[in-house]
Amino acid sequence: MRALVLALYVTLIGAAAFAQSAAISGYEFMEPSTRELQDDDFLNPGIFLLDEGSALWSRPLGAASETCQSCHTDIAADMAGVAARYPAYDADLGRVVSLEMKINAEIAGRLRGKPLEYESDDLLALTALIGYQSRGMPMEIDSNPQAVSLAEKGKEIFQTRRGQLNLSCQNCHEQHWGEKLRGDTISQGQINAFPIYRLTWTDVGSRQRMFVWCMESIRSEPYEYGSDEFLALEAYLVVRGQGLLIEAPGVRR
Amino acid sequence: MAAFASGDPPPSLPGPLTDVPGDPVRGLEVFRDGSKATCLICHSVSGLSDRDQGVLGPLLDGVADNYSPEELRQRIVDARVVSPETIMPPYFSTEGLFRVAEEWRSKTIYDAQDVEDVVAYLMTLRSEP
Repeated sequence: MRALVLALYVTLIGAAAFAQSAAISGYEFMEPSTRELQDDDFLNPGIFLLDEGSALWSRPLGAASETCQSCHTDIAADMAGVAARYPAYDADLGRVVSLEMKINAEIAGRLRGKPLEYESDDLLALTALIGYQSRGMPMEIDSNPQAVSLAEKGKEIFQTRRGQLNLSCQNCHEQHWGEKLRGDTISQGQINAFPIYRLTWTDVGSRQRMFVWCMESIRSEPYEYGSDEFLALEAYLVVRGQGLLIEAPGVRR
Repeated sequence: MAAFASGDPPPSLPGPLTDVPGDPVRGLEVFRDGSKATCLICHSVSGLSDRDQGVLGPLLDGVADNYSPEELRQRIVDARVVSPETIMPPYFSTEGLFRVAEEWRSKTIYDAQDVEDVVAYLMTLRSEP
């Protein structure tokens, strides 16, 4: 039975490789034991972020007496699909922002608080909580021209070889996904599950932490958190992974 | 999977990079060394017991039957000379690299003796003893 499932899986992967446009979640490349961790909220080591996020959601985060909840009273309804469409053009800010940037803009603006640091527990918790409201919803492309041109810039970054090992994202995640790299199967590098709990880190992290990790592993200087480059890369990866379902908070090896 | 590029040899094949003859035993250590972008990430050698050897690059069994030390050295030093689109990192060249992390800037993955030792190890990989 197991062999049959595996054979079917390999066939599917092969078929997907043939039809180059098919986006496949990193979930499909994981060992069954890792999938189980994500599938069961009682086992998922990233789930604690939801409790932390909920606490922050209903607490003043700045000088204002209002909280997130003051305006977004029904989080499940109000936040459904939000994480699925970031990075997006923001009319108030007049630019494309990531979900993290939008959260911080709200904290600094309406809540009159201090923006949260990238990769802080608090920012990850809010990102995870908002992401969770989009679970099972497809990632969408923002058709705003600024977002489109940012995604094009991101594609260039994706395709540019870098680091001492002289590899691009594309070299592994487009030209060799589905193949083995030592014990692990190379994924397509999709970003629909973030923030994730990563077994390699024994910690949770954002999309941009994953970019940093990848770039460092090919001995390349990563871009800064919140940089235009990482934002562009995120925007491109949403375009590239359009239609993949949000899995936040996901689990990866 | 792409085989080694065939056809005309590149114009000048590099000779030995050091005066010390390559040591195949040390070469295998370098070949396996995780801190030196181990060859086993992408390549396999049937005679080695290492688990999870690589499948992205050509199997190296019998590689010495088909390539001279000079040709192997060329591919380790900078495989781009032979195939410009290769995903094999340049192990002894810093040319044309972009955004190398400060720790590794102006440094090569291998030093000259590493190259010689790995070439010596690869030259032991013959199908006919």
